[in-house]
Amino acid sequence: MIRARVMISGDPVSMSLGADEIKLAIEAELAFYGLEDEVQVGFVGQLGRLDVLPAVVVYPEGTLYGPLRLEDVPHLVEEHLYKGRIAESLLAPPNVLSGVIARLPAREGLLRGQERVVLRRAGIIEPTDIEEYIAYDGYFALGKALSEMSPAEVLQTIKDSKLQGRGGAGFPTGLKWSFVAGQQADKKYIVCNADESEPGTFKDRLILEGDPHAVLEGMALAGYAVGADEGWIYVRGEYALAKERLLTAIQQAEAMGLLGDNIMDSGFSFHIHLHSGAGAYVCGEETALLESLEGKRGIPRVRPPYPTVVGFRGQPTVINNVETLANVAPIILRSAAWFKSLGTERSPGTKVYTMLGDVNITGLIEVPMGITLREVIAAYGGGMRDDVPFKCAQTGGSAGSIIAPELLDVPMDYATMREHGASLGSGALLICNVNKCIVDIAYVVMRFFETESCGKCTPCRIGTLRMSELLNRLRHGQASLEDVSMLEEMAQAVAKTSFCGLGQGAPVSILTALRSFREEFEAHAQGSCPTGVCPMKTEPPEVIVRRGYL
Amino acid sequence: MNEESIKQIAEVVARYGANQESLVEILSDLNAQLGYLTQETIVEVARRLNLPQSHVFSVATFYSMLNVGPTGKHVIKMCEDAPCHLRGGQEVWQALQDALGIKFGETTPDGQWTLQATSCLGLCAVGPVVVVDDEVIGHVTAERIPEILARYRDEPSGGAA
Ligand SMILES: Cc1cc2nc3c(=O)[nH]c(=O)nc-3n(C[C@H](O)[C@H](O)[C@H](O)COP(=O)(O)O)c2cc1C
Ligand code: SF4
Ligand code: FES
Repeated sequence: MIRARVMISGDPVSMSLGADEIKLAIEAELAFYGLEDEVQVGFVGQLGRLDVLPAVVVYPEGTLYGPLRLEDVPHLVEEHLYKGRIAESLLAPPNVLSGVIARLPAREGLLRGQERVVLRRAGIIEPTDIEEYIAYDGYFALGKALSEMSPAEVLQTIKDSKLQGRGGAGFPTGLKWSFVAGQQADKKYIVCNADESEPGTFKDRLILEGDPHAVLEGMALAGYAVGADEGWIYVRGEYALAKERLLTAIQQAEAMGLLGDNIMDSGFSFHIHLHSGAGAYVCGEETALLESLEGKRGIPRVRPPYPTVVGFRGQPTVINNVETLANVAPIILRSAAWFKSLGTERSPGTKVYTMLGDVNITGLIEVPMGITLREVIAAYGGGMRDDVPFKCAQTGGSAGSIIAPELLDVPMDYATMREHGASLGSGALLICNVNKCIVDIAYVVMRFFETESCGKCTPCRIGTLRMSELLNRLRHGQASLEDVSMLEEMAQAVAKTSFCGLGQGAPVSILTALRSFREEFEAHAQGSCPTGVCPMKTEPPEVIVRRGYL
Repeated sequence: MNEESIKQIAEVVARYGANQESLVEILSDLNAQLGYLTQETIVEVARRLNLPQSHVFSVATFYSMLNVGPTGKHVIKMCEDAPCHLRGGQEVWQALQDALGIKFGETTPDGQWTLQATSCLGLCAVGPVVVVDDEVIGHVTAERIPEILARYRDEPSGGAA
């Protein structure tokens, strides 16, 4: 009989830190105490606490140990699994959170009622075992849809839930699906956008590594709703483990008749294929993604026609983000009304964020839409690191806005953020304290866009390069006040005239930073960096152009 | 091009299918096996997929994970995007260049090391991050660079690919 379960973090970082050896050592120790039949050992996708890797969670208690060294294993096994008491010295510090972030208990008083939707299984089930997914309500939603609901009812439920796309723009998912459902076509496709390359964002990777079936089930439901029998997952090239987990999951689901032909004898068939990218941020843009999927350079297409009309192989195509799709099965299983009870009226549900920067605890969190940044920092980040005050945050990765302290109390959902001239974006929260320099941040962000611009249109190809050069000069005290004005004009022009979302989003950081921190830009133009971060009064180094064609 | 290389390409093409849609994956797979894509490889892939050579070359040069020039025995990739940068990435970046005597984008004259800049790898929680031959090393500091390089320097050649 299994009485305990030991889950070892199996993400790439833990693997590089010897998680494999730790697993072997735990198994050897268990054998020594004759516990091998009572304790199950396995890897788990992610634990939400990235500061304590490699980590081990022991269930049923959910005790989190880490960072763990090989030599800690004998003590851990003897204390916790043999003697049955907590190995205090190995507990993950700081003990602000009980268990792992992904399993945070509701915090009375501080946060509104919490419920995990997307991450409810991640960190708990063994992601390479379909039976664990099924044991945790897996494929129930698909079963329910196929046996009790018509495609139109599934579509209507998603519409009613007001689910919005989690890929950045917050487009209503039900509406997108209805565009495809309404087309007459021999063939339609569901494409899952798992190209996640926005700096600071890795929520999709952790969802795929921790709960791959959730995304597959969401895709099958989307296929049923819109009349598609084929799905493609475009995975970022670097995400080797996510790819492996997905492949395993697809094979297992097909073997059990939960994907493939005639699913659960319903007459509905759905096949899912995997396609990996090879390194290009722009391929996350949906039309560039389609080009890449078709074996070409990832250069964005003209829109309209939108992919919902002319998409993959020229057919109507739904393109959804990983997190969006992971929300689908829970909504079908539980109801649109339940989903709307979470989050805010205009943006129901939860949002998964990766929190990074100058907070005590970094990692993956899932919180209700509408929570404020201040609450997130206090409750999940464990406060600012070393109590150094907050200066700004960048929400949504490089294409996101720079949030000044004035916006700390704005409820974070798509519409409210937009009203405040900010964006929620992909779900990265980069928290900066007052020792960070805004010009330095703006420069690094622009260098990213300069590198990743696909080069199709001039405003973005040249504009990102010029803005990054100018910011670099500013960092070196080699720019004037006129240059700051020019930077602003250039940023506005690039935002307005670029062909695709990459160029349109590139200047957002500059424009939002100028709004709240203009004096800091001007101070640099006058020869001083207030935080002392920038290498002022030195020659700017030669610009490294990482693109071949300039 | 020798028999063996032709066979290798044939195998990869067969695995993904001889059609244009598989091109990016075929090139990635070959790149991973060979370290980089030679002119002959590109010509052979174009022939087998019945695509213009220019198309295959343009795809090979578009994606950052594909190399069209030789790389060193060890390839070091580093991201210096905002999350890593704010945790001291710049010093690590500089320390790597100083230790190897080359700039990012270059290979050491003895063919041992290549430094490649990459965009965020989604590993920022343990940033700054350096990836040596697909092995991820987190929480890197400038001081740790010599020790990290030494680990690979001592590795006898002909080890794991
Ligand atoms: C430059 C750029 C990069 C993008 N990268 C991603 C990405 O990595 N993942 C993603 O889901 N959406 C990304 N998007 C948004 C997609 O174009 C698309 O809107 C999204 O996949 C739609 O899914 P959703 O409706 O579920 O959000 C990107 C957009 C742009 C302009
Ligand atoms: S905006 Fe940038 S990424 Fe988009 S098409 Fe133009 S050059 Fe390419
Ligand atoms: S910023 Fe370096 S890995 Fe993300």
